[in-house]
Amino acid sequence: MSHDHVISAKSLSRADIETVLDRAAEIDRTPPDRDRHADDLLALCFFEPSTRTHMSFETAIKRLGGDALDMGPVESSSATKGESLADTVRVVEGYADALVLRHPSEGAAQMASEFVDIPLINAGDGAGQHPTQTLLDLYTMREAAGSLSDLTVGIMGDLKYGRTVHSLAYALTKFDARQHFVSPESLSLPRSVRYDLHESGARLKEHTDLDAVIEELDVLYVTRIQRERFPDENEYRQIAGEYRIDAATLEDAREECVVMHPLPRVDEIAPDVDATQHAHYFEQAHNAVPVRMALLDLLLAEDDR
Amino acid sequence: MNEYDGSEDDADEGEGGEESAHELRISKIHNGTVIDHIAGGHAPDVLAILGIDSATDEVVSIGMNVPSDRLGHKDVVKIEGRELSQDEVEVISLVAPAASINIIREYDVIEKNRVERPSTVEGVLSCPNRNCITTEDEPVATRFEVLDDGVRCLYCGTIIRRRLTDHIDV
Repeated sequence: MSHDHVISAKSLSRADIETVLDRAAEIDRTPPDRDRHADDLLALCFFEPSTRTHMSFETAIKRLGGDALDMGPVESSSATKGESLADTVRVVEGYADALVLRHPSEGAAQMASEFVDIPLINAGDGAGQHPTQTLLDLYTMREAAGSLSDLTVGIMGDLKYGRTVHSLAYALTKFDARQHFVSPESLSLPRSVRYDLHESGARLKEHTDLDAVIEELDVLYVTRIQRERFPDENEYRQIAGEYRIDAATLEDAREECVVMHPLPRVDEIAPDVDATQHAHYFEQAHNAVPVRMALLDLLLAEDDR
Repeated sequence: MNEYDGSEDDADEGEGGEESAHELRISKIHNGTVIDHIAGGHAPDVLAILGIDSATDEVVSIGMNVPSDRLGHKDVVKIEGRELSQDEVEVISLVAPAASINIIREYDVIEKNRVERPSTVEGVLSCPNRNCITTEDEPVATRFEVLDDGVRCLYCGTIIRRRLTDHIDV
């Protein structure tokens, strides 16, 4: 890894990504010694609720033999006393060997990383980036499809606010994937992300209807359309309904098409998809552990040198 | 005596030009800065960057849509008693990329520079994304990458293409 901090998928090179995925595959095959990082402490600073990301980071550091220091709910932290994020991370830096940060403001991880010398991992900053989700998404794709080369990926749902989408799109561009973005016009890619993708030579097309592309896809990545993005309940229901898939939707898909979702889902993937060969979203969630173990192993090993 | 005050760009290039020492449209300045070769109509943007408005008391002369061989029409701003800082010049470059900055002392041009677009600007623009960390009470200055056709917040990625002067925070 050439980075001490993991802030954005955009700043990870293809080689960086492959290094993490290769290490994750090794860990999956042969779990590392339980005392490999026995002296390492990982600080978990979550200023927003999280289940999967929080628990999988905690699991990852514990399976590496280390321990987690949890800031706890933001309501009981010094942030409620008006402490700045910059001060919080500078304090936590003295307690831990690496820091995982989730924060509701875009750019929070970038800013925080400028104040600390220990590795800082962005676990989601507002509608910005979520690079470790991307790493486990790519790992899941690679395991399911056999390779990240020559993939055709459809990404559907809330492309405007969905940080997992932005990170994933940047990373897929590094693997020269063909990307089809499917969303209502009001939730299409933000201008800044579209600009970046075009600048980096992404092969992308935007659609409002999944039917236009479903037959071509190696991967269909579905994201949740959030109720709070719509001022009108009826409009939300109508639009969310149009971007819902079920087993019948997938009858037109290629047999080996991999369906993924960062979870939690509400009803955008019907339960009848779970039993199909397409469903990979629970496997995807489980892959969070080896991938985050791999990332921590690489960052902490570098830090130990 | 030819009191060259920095604004006769076309004469400076040996092409005569419509504006000469004999028919200056706006007065010369004693000490201060002449910002020349602003694209026609953009003088108000430059004034906004410099924080000059009805509430400030600097002596300012403005020429707008002055014929120019190089730009077709240009604006010129002359500010008495104020020499611009490098930070100010960098931001001016965002709205007036062809501008030249002439520092005047005792009616003489003692320094003449073309503006250069910086790769980043720090602390002078505010991010329009209300959810950007730089809008919160954190000890951090805004930083924007300068693009060909706008600027991008280096924290949240928001791109500003139009009305940059609405986001100036100097």
